[in-house]
Amino acid sequence: MSEQMTLDKSLRDWWSRVKAGQTGALPALLGLLVLCLVFGSMSSVFLTPGNFANLLTQAAAVTVIAMGLVFVLLLGEIDLSAGYAAGVSGAVLVVMITEMEYAWWIAFPVSVLVGIALGGFIGYLVAQLHIPSFVVTLATFLAFQGLLLLLIGEGGTIRIDDPVILSVENKNLSVSSSWIFYFLVAGSYLASGIWKFYRRRQAGLSDNLFKFWLIKALGIVVVGAAATSALTVERSNNPELVSLRGIPYVVPVILVLLVAATFVLTKTSFGLHIYAVGGNAEAARRAGINVKMIRIYSFMICSGFAAIAGMIFVSRANSISPTTGGSSTLLYAVGAAVIGGTSLFGGKGKVSDAILGGLVVAVIDNGMALLGYPAGIKFMVTGAVLLISASIDAFSRRGANTK
Amino acid sequence: MSTTTPILSMRGINKSFGPVHVLRDVNFDSYSGKVTALVGDNGAGKSTLIKCIAGIYVPDSGDTFFENAKVSISGPRDATALGIEVVYQDLALCDNLDIVHNMFLGREEKSGPTLDESKMESMAKKTLDGLSVRTVKSIRQQVASLSGGQRQTVAIARAVLWNSKVVILDEPTAALGVAQTEQVLKLVRQLADNGLAVIVISHNLNDVFQVADNIAAMYLGSMAAQVNKSDVTQNDVVQLITTGKAEKLAGLSK
Repeated sequence: MSEQMTLDKSLRDWWSRVKAGQTGALPALLGLLVLCLVFGSMSSVFLTPGNFANLLTQAAAVTVIAMGLVFVLLLGEIDLSAGYAAGVSGAVLVVMITEMEYAWWIAFPVSVLVGIALGGFIGYLVAQLHIPSFVVTLATFLAFQGLLLLLIGEGGTIRIDDPVILSVENKNLSVSSSWIFYFLVAGSYLASGIWKFYRRRQAGLSDNLFKFWLIKALGIVVVGAAATSALTVERSNNPELVSLRGIPYVVPVILVLLVAATFVLTKTSFGLHIYAVGGNAEAARRAGINVKMIRIYSFMICSGFAAIAGMIFVSRANSISPTTGGSSTLLYAVGAAVIGGTSLFGGKGKVSDAILGGLVVAVIDNGMALLGYPAGIKFMVTGAVLLISASIDAFSRRGANTK
Repeated sequence: MSTTTPILSMRGINKSFGPVHVLRDVNFDSYSGKVTALVGDNGAGKSTLIKCIAGIYVPDSGDTFFENAKVSISGPRDATALGIEVVYQDLALCDNLDIVHNMFLGREEKSGPTLDESKMESMAKKTLDGLSVRTVKSIRQQVASLSGGQRQTVAIARAVLWNSKVVILDEPTAALGVAQTEQVLKLVRQLADNGLAVIVISHNLNDVFQVADNIAAMYLGSMAAQVNKSDVTQNDVVQLITTGKAEKLAGLSK
């Protein structure tokens, strides 16, 4: 009886927070569900394991950019050049491997460092010279595009055949490693959560959110199991010739990034300071926080993530081209972050939301392509979804303020 | 005046901004366990004096004594190190963070590289309990969801979290309704009863007379008088604020 009461209470706590505008990932989750149901009912291909794996690899690069963008959006800033930062870093990677013949494990870290340096440059201009990030990154958007063209040179497109880089988007974990990976991730996720609540109880602090967390965590674990089993089904049209089973390599890559970024944002004082600067920069300054450095570091992290996305782009396309990271990439990434629940006004958002938003964007892209809609309709629908999420953000802020 | 020695004593403080002489030979004392109200009209120099105590401005001349020792406060960190905390009128809270994180902002407790959430939460809880704060539902709720009085409470709790000895409150009740003003004044009284020296800037003489032990009135950059509340009436204080003197106090002040 009393257990029922506490669960009831934690659910009510949660619902009152939702009503107060802290909707979190709820709209994105519902949206994703609805989209999957709609596309699943309209297309026979959409809900197949093959398309699911395809979806993940399609979503990967934009999602990683969106994860990095969360750091900048949390400050209430924006980085419009993150897409081309990915392009430039990808070009550095490809040029180093193909033309300068470095090993991937030298070229990849260097390309990430290049990305971080680009972010440092942007961050310096924004934090030190107080130029609005919108203007700075509009300028670097053009400049990085130019840099990308210069790096690639006359040829236009450079192909890459490094097996490690290519494997990220094109190879899968074996079936047994997939399950081992799943149990490792699910196990440590549950264990770390239970440990956290155990510590709280030890310290004599209330834990009325435990039941709520447990339901959520078990839900995630079940969805993860379903996804893993879908991905371990044979999805090759010609299994005798080439077998296609297992979790794509890019999934563990993204999960590692997710854990690292979430750790930084929620467990360290640096992360707390990012939220503080986004919430009230003046209060943060008076609390002794070095607001300037927080800004610069955030832009560096954003571009660092973009550099990793650049590698994923290269892996997926087997090449670097003048449009890598261009056209709608950045807008999709911002869309992914905002659809996931990150506020454009700063101070609110999570890296995991970016993954959810990235999936929503990819599902629209993928589903509408399967249904044979022209690109024009696709863009309009994605734009509409972004608009809806931005409105939810704005409305929830109003809900919170008029309280 | 009180017979106990002040924990904080400012003597002959002068401060000019260019040609403008803002503080003229100001003397000011603050006592542990007492609420000292700092009153005066706009431009009388209250804020400047407070900022000299907080280390935001450095006086041009004059001495500051803290616990009977001469000190020089040349930056906010010096003031913090002595145990002087200021709660500014705009509170400087981050709406998107919860109460615990706001209280520890910039001075987080850590275990290794990570935040020690349990320790911070326990300490925050203890501090709020010590201030007899019972109006806050959960100390893990976002500050955005709090009322004005509760926000003031959080800001004050943050100031006393660090075993501070002197807490300066800049117009703590200016934006509050009747019930919340009452709540905050009770908290101010509680601070002093806990042994802190409390300095309150206020325009509201009702509040001042309700909560203060000691009233320092400034007039055009000088200290008109610093007197015990029991020695004066509201009218005397109004006279001090508007004219810089009160007949009744001719022999009493300075």
